[in-house]
Amino acid sequence: MRISLTVNGVAEEADVEPRLLLVHFLRERLGLTGTNVGCDSTSCGACTVLLDGESVKSCTVLTVQADGTEVATIEGVSAGDGALNPLQAAFQRHHGLQCGYCTPGMVMAATSLLRENPHPTEEEVRVGLEGNLCRCTGYQGIVDAVLETAAGGSR
Amino acid sequence: MIPAAFDYARAGSVEEAVALLGLHGDDAKLLAGGHSLLPLMKLRVAAPAVLVDIGRLADLRYVRDGGDHVAIGALTRHHDLETSDLLEREVPLLRHAAGQVGDPQVRHRGTIGGSLAHADPASDLPAVVLALGGTLVAAGPGGQRSIAAAEFFRSIFESALAPDEVLTEVRLPKVGAQPWAFEKFSRRAQDWAIVGVAAQRNNGTTGVALVNMGPTPVRAADAEAALAQGASAADAAAVADRGTDPPADLNASADYRRHLARVLVARALARMTG
Repeated sequence: MRISLTVNGVAEEADVEPRLLLVHFLRERLGLTGTNVGCDSTSCGACTVLLDGESVKSCTVLTVQADGTEVATIEGVSAGDGALNPLQAAFQRHHGLQCGYCTPGMVMAATSLLRENPHPTEEEVRVGLEGNLCRCTGYQGIVDAVLETAAGGSR
Repeated sequence: MIPAAFDYARAGSVEEAVALLGLHGDDAKLLAGGHSLLPLMKLRVAAPAVLVDIGRLADLRYVRDGGDHVAIGALTRHHDLETSDLLEREVPLLRHAAGQVGDPQVRHRGTIGGSLAHADPASDLPAVVLALGGTLVAAGPGGQRSIAAAEFFRSIFESALAPDEVLTEVRLPKVGAQPWAFEKFSRRAQDWAIVGVAAQRNNGTTGVALVNMGPTPVRAADAEAALAQGASAADAAAVADRGTDPPADLNASADYRRHLARVLVARALARMTG
């Protein structure tokens, strides 16, 4: 099926099989390998991207369902000059990652969370990221990074 | 995991969806948010030959005041429900329970119609609609019909919908600020309930429905009857598992589920009177 969508602001057109999952389209057709496949069963959140501004698990979205939408992945969050965006920089500052596998999904889920709730409490950050698992048990740094970004600076 | 190959058809209207279902019969499945169906297809537990995508029918995405009830379009997403001001005023139980489904990503995609039509007894919203005594509206080749929630759930993954019917709307009574409770017991964040309870007081009667206590969401009929006859919350909760047929699985034995049902109904009723 012929589809067209926008990925990180770039218009893309493609012929896809209806069963092609969005995460495979992003990784294998567009080469955007920042979005990881973790559990592949809608649990871990490693494949989280934004679909029209809202976090979704791209292992559980068909590419044909994303036809006509705007998709945002981790590759699109920074300005493109290599600099980290404020949320990424906060993750780095607070050691919000160890192995890094969950990090792209964490950043995208946190981006969606902060859009819906720009000033979350710590509890709201923890509950808001319940769809993302970190096997290195790095949650404290992740929560700190999101709270600092919400507060607009260092804490 | 990759689903088995299927043909994909996008419906531009409910009528077109009904026609496509009529054309393909049992080989076709409706696709809304896909958050119940796609995981099953990836595991190849489900392998429909045709998917009829109704996910773009924006006119089925609403929460509106229907006069004596609240009308919710079948394609309304869980996230829409958990942020609805109208539900906060008129059906706060549903607003709260919708916010407990899965996780934020799941709630951005999953729909109330999909959750109900999927008829998974472990899902939260079927029990909520049952406790509220809701009515479901379906469109088929002969027009529309209404189905009481109590008649809708037939067995595991089986509803009263005919193969060529589309669930279009859910109607719930306006219960306003009357007491309600929702208790969900699971071992991990984002998991399905091992057992759950939805309870709602409405004009002197109390509806109590159980999650994951049988092949369908089921009312705790003996507990409801006890309450109607003036029994205490503790005495009503003590019979909450009567008439249920809970499954045994890796999470819990049937006996443990019965225990949980009694404990969770006691908590729910305490919350409603407390």
